Amino acid sequence: MKKQLLVILSLLIMLTALLTACSSNNGNAGNSGDGSGKTTNLEFWTFNELHEKFYQDMTKRWNEANPDRQIKLTANVYPYDDMHNKLLVALQSGKGAPDIADIELNKFPNFLKGEPQLLSLNDVIEPELNNLVKSRLDIYAKDGQYYGIDFHVGAAVIYYNKEILDKAGVNPDDIKTWADFESAGQKVLDQTGVPMTSLETSDLWSLWPQVAQAPGNDDFQTADGQLNITSPIVVNALNYQQGLLEKGIAIPVPGGNHHSEEYYGLMNGGGVASVWMPMWYMGRFTDYMPDLKGKMVIKPMPAWKADEPRSAGMGGTGTAVTKTSKNPEIAKEFLAFAKLSKEGNIEIWNQLGFDPLRSDVWDAPELKEPNKFTDYFGTDIFSVLTEVKEEIEGVNINEKTPTISDMFRTSVIVRILLDKENTEKVLKEAAEQLK
Amino acid sequence: MTDSALETAANTEAKRKAKRSGILYSQKFAPYYFVFPFLVSFAVFFAYPVLSAINMSFQEVLPGQVKYIGLDNYKDLWNATFLKAILNSTKYTIYTIVILIPVPLVLAVFLHSKRMIAKNFFRSTLFIPALTSVVVAGTVFRLAFGELEGSLMNSFVMWLGFEKQRWLGNGALAMSTLVILAAWRWIGINLLYFMAGLQNIPKELYESAEIDGASTWNKFSRITIPLLRPITIYVFTISIYGGYSMFTESYMLWNGNRSPNDIGLTIVGYLYRNGLEQNNLGLGSAVGFALLLITFVITIGQLKLFGMFRKEE
Repeated sequence: MKKQLLVILSLLIMLTALLTACSSNNGNAGNSGDGSGKTTNLEFWTFNELHEKFYQDMTKRWNEANPDRQIKLTANVYPYDDMHNKLLVALQSGKGAPDIADIELNKFPNFLKGEPQLLSLNDVIEPELNNLVKSRLDIYAKDGQYYGIDFHVGAAVIYYNKEILDKAGVNPDDIKTWADFESAGQKVLDQTGVPMTSLETSDLWSLWPQVAQAPGNDDFQTADGQLNITSPIVVNALNYQQGLLEKGIAIPVPGGNHHSEEYYGLMNGGGVASVWMPMWYMGRFTDYMPDLKGKMVIKPMPAWKADEPRSAGMGGTGTAVTKTSKNPEIAKEFLAFAKLSKEGNIEIWNQLGFDPLRSDVWDAPELKEPNKFTDYFGTDIFSVLTEVKEEIEGVNINEKTPTISDMFRTSVIVRILLDKENTEKVLKEAAEQLK
Repeated sequence: MTDSALETAANTEAKRKAKRSGILYSQKFAPYYFVFPFLVSFAVFFAYPVLSAINMSFQEVLPGQVKYIGLDNYKDLWNATFLKAILNSTKYTIYTIVILIPVPLVLAVFLHSKRMIAKNFFRSTLFIPALTSVVVAGTVFRLAFGELEGSLMNSFVMWLGFEKQRWLGNGALAMSTLVILAAWRWIGINLLYFMAGLQNIPKELYESAEIDGASTWNKFSRITIPLLRPITIYVFTISIYGGYSMFTESYMLWNGNRSPNDIGLTIVGYLYRNGLEQNNLGLGSAVGFALLLITFVITIGQLKLFGMFRKEE
């Protein structure tokens, strides 16, 4: 008898264990609805710890301003690829997605494929539209619906190492065009032996700003979504870069991109005289290249021809509200509070060092107050931005963007810049393959 | 309730019990109870995903819009990048097998020999790499094989009098870096298999060989190698799949799935790029199914070649 009981018991335990393992865990059940006076739980995913800190701070501010609609933000920081993959699968299967999520611009088009599993944010964006840089909203839109709100404009600028330039007798303010940049680079190379700049071969931050800053609305794609990689604006930029490498004025970035440890070390030790990257790259200087403090100056990028645009909006992270959110209204309102309000935009600058989306705060007194970025780069960071305000060119982002970017990162740039193949030939072949 | 009613109830109860225990203790069913947990986990975590991946490979999978598109995904597979991925994976598999079978075998023989000193020390040092995570190892290798003069490998080759190299930028060097990383990591594991195999070879065989005057080489080639055959075939088989499914090493070495000119792109890397990075799960599933077919065909062919399907003589 006992034996039999034991067998039945163990079978039962095994079965229940299996069943509980199989039954899906429905996650954040701890929310208490939209009822007033209660705390609403919002789950948030991001790939950047700094973003999380910013949102936690904004939660505190929200709770102070809305005592009857308290929220509690549960934030998860995952590695970049992990987070996007998880989110993609969660939204595809309709289970397990958070209420709010950060989605990086390069990945965003993936989330717009098919029926977007994100909520349209038009009702919170439209009232503020006049104060926002609209080209930065269009990159997260599909069929007239906005699905994400960015942190920043991402204006591309150029960072010069003033110490090296002074040694070579070059004044960065005299560099107006890319031709000026080349001759100044030659001078720097001759006088100091240090290359003027470095070019990315496994990412697009060196090429895309140069392509996008060309006058007109086209970059790798035309404004109406046609493949545009064989056009002169792409060919010229790549030929220019090829020339810089040939003459030794530029070197390929060690590690392939400006986010590699090798590069941080090289730049920090004064191994390169300048780099063009978006405004948000400031944080990499303050965090990874401490020895350059006080030596770097930020200037507008050179233009292709005098009086042509000197910047382009690059990169970004769109924060989105998912369709599976149980409290979509409060999630949207909180997102708007954090990223569209004046207060939020000032904090985006103070805490993250990003050039905020609202152009009407750029000359606010709060943006002149000292923080770790002004300590590093000096106090006139925003004068550069207001100077190029009208010249920040947009980029064309759509469902084809990830495929085109991959093609450039893995093959086109490598073949042209490292293997020194003919630019037009490589681009033509790539265009053929992309069709 | 009357007494008789109670009695019949007790009766049927007893019968039921007997029946139940009959099922529980029947020799016919008992084995199935024991394999039941495995069957369930196999069905849930293996069979179901494989079948739904095969199904998905004929679909265009988009949120809210899943539709069948016939063989389109497989037609899309026929492109230069995927062929390059297959070629890379094949090369990697061949090189790792060429290194990871003879080297651990010889090392195992050394470590098994009575004359070897500091056996435990070598045993553990050779095994430690297998315990490090691929992510950590990949990152360390990426820095060690960096392209600047100061990187470990470049200072080494420059000390030897060569030029500095772009280890991860050139096809042949990149492949050798991957193979070095694999060799460093897997020698310990394969060593363990071969050591276990060696322990099963009866000592008497060697003793009688010695009496017959066999040399060390003769003992190794006539006794050790033939008797290790089952282990060798096992290691060979798992190495084929291990080689073809390699992904993390290449992903970590290039800090993302993007090696210049795709010199480090593997089949799984291609799956990851299409399925997740470009949100095309249908094409990704097709890549996965192709990988399954490739490894299946090679493994079956290989096992047939070694005569694993022949009946024991």
